[in-house]
Amino acid sequence: MSEIAAKGIALRAEGLEKRFGGLKAVSNVSLDVHAGEIHAVIGPNGAGKSTLINLLSGDLPVTSGTITLGGKVITTMGASRRGLAGVGRSYQKTTIFQTSTVFENVRLSAQARSGHALWMFGNVRNDATVNQRADNALAQTGLTARAQTRANLLSHGEQRQLEIAMVLATDPQLILLDEPLAGMGQSEAKRMIDLIKGLKVRRAVLLVEHDMDAVFALADRLTVMADGQVIASGAPDYVRAHPTVRSAYLGHDHGEAA
Amino acid sequence: MNSKLQNLIVPLALLFAAVALPLLVPTYYVQLASKMLLMGMLAMALNLVVGFGGLVSLCHAAFFGLAGYVLALTSPESQAASIWLSLPITMAVCGLAAAIIGALSLRTKGIYFIMVTLAFGEMLFYLFHDTKIGGGSDGMYIYFKPDVLLGSTQLIDLDKPRTFYFVALGCVLLTVWLLRTLVNAPFGHALAAARDNERRSVSLGFPVFMVRLVAFVISGVLAGVAGYFSAAQFGFVAPQLLGWHLSATVLVMVVLGGMRSVTGPLIGAMVIIGLEEVLKSSTEHWKLIYGLIVIFIVFALPGGVQQLSSLIFGRKVDAPTPGTEVWKGARSMQPEAANV
Repeated sequence: MSEIAAKGIALRAEGLEKRFGGLKAVSNVSLDVHAGEIHAVIGPNGAGKSTLINLLSGDLPVTSGTITLGGKVITTMGASRRGLAGVGRSYQKTTIFQTSTVFENVRLSAQARSGHALWMFGNVRNDATVNQRADNALAQTGLTARAQTRANLLSHGEQRQLEIAMVLATDPQLILLDEPLAGMGQSEAKRMIDLIKGLKVRRAVLLVEHDMDAVFALADRLTVMADGQVIASGAPDYVRAHPTVRSAYLGHDHGEAA
Repeated sequence: MNSKLQNLIVPLALLFAAVALPLLVPTYYVQLASKMLLMGMLAMALNLVVGFGGLVSLCHAAFFGLAGYVLALTSPESQAASIWLSLPITMAVCGLAAAIIGALSLRTKGIYFIMVTLAFGEMLFYLFHDTKIGGGSDGMYIYFKPDVLLGSTQLIDLDKPRTFYFVALGCVLLTVWLLRTLVNAPFGHALAAARDNERRSVSLGFPVFMVRLVAFVISGVLAGVAGYFSAAQFGFVAPQLLGWHLSATVLVMVVLGGMRSVTGPLIGAMVIIGLEEVLKSSTEHWKLIYGLIVIFIVFALPGGVQQLSSLIFGRKVDAPTPGTEVWKGARSMQPEAANV
């Protein structure tokens, strides 16, 4: 166990499998996400990337396999306990508290992490630790000026930033990002890429993204999936040159060209 | 400073009126006001789960009626029960019932939650209706109001309507204070967060099930306290007190009064009971007019009667808790495209 932590592996997944009835959405997937690195998972639609994120976050239970977070087995934990254990995630479709202010969104996230869900006395506005953590998350994502705006009045790009801010406020060891650039314009995307780059400091990041330019700009390691299986894993240059990847993901004509 | 003072004027005036009322009107109206206060307490208790938790429960009358039966069953044949014994027992029984019903029904969501709570409520109804535990469908009398004794001195005489009124008022004020504290505390925010976005709340690490269960139990116990005093006031309990009809009426009070605030349902209860009282004495077909007025209020004041105060005074009476400004159904109808 400590061997895993010593190598700086924040998350290790071994032999993950997820079946929906007869369909194998994810099959025999193993990967390590290292602290201080961004590990991108790419693959064509239906490759099982989102299912993999849901397995790691606990939104879906695994059919078989083991998930280890910082040396501790978390396979049987539900989503809420994994959240407390240090797994933070963003959603592909913006999932925020729409009618609350930006600050309240982030404050709730910080409160969740502090485990104060059942504190019945004392106004939330007076919890200095939680407020501080919320302020920090807003500052890091550049949303400080929008703190008092209602979340549903933000632009799409800002809502995506808020998704990240909420994850940050839970102070996670591992961040799972499910297509953080989805639906963004170019300038918004650029800002988001810079933001994601900063996330890996002291943390591990697993990124699922379709925008290949962004993936190669960000990833320290790449895993390629197709039909629920890992077909290649390694450094970006290695994966880019991998023949199976070229035929499966980039299309056979590219494969020939290589 | 000035606005703080303004915020205090209306509640203080209302409190003054509430205290002065029993000294000014005949006994009959004091008893009616007590009934309103206790139903208001039941409605406020229900609103903790409905308005703040987003969980529409159709079994809260069961806690209300169950409390009455506990009082009836713990009262000796020919003398009064002691409040120091019967009230804690009532609260414990209602809390236990709420914990069991909540633990089972909170596994379901939305319309299924409504159906399951309805089923549990009806089970309790038939428990008392079809067995001899509480006199069957005839119900039971409570011949003596509970004693409030310290040693052998009587502290409070619940037999006096005006004294009883002040006890009911005290219960309501305590309920308002407790619910306000809860919804502004981390607990209340976690409860509202789970209502607004359950998936995100879970992934952030909130123990959503536990938070909801605790809210359900608190709400059940408060409903029980209201039921205890109601049964004491009328000196009679019947299975109808546990039935879904009362549950639905209280739900109407909640919706009519305003789900976004702690005190809205109290106002809703006063409006509903007041309407019934006025209409009953003036026309035979009162239910028809009653229905029309309720429909009118819902159309005119979608935020509840509570909204009137903000229309009159140009501000909100209760500080809105996060995400409570818009009720769930309305929120999901907002076009996503507008955000882009």
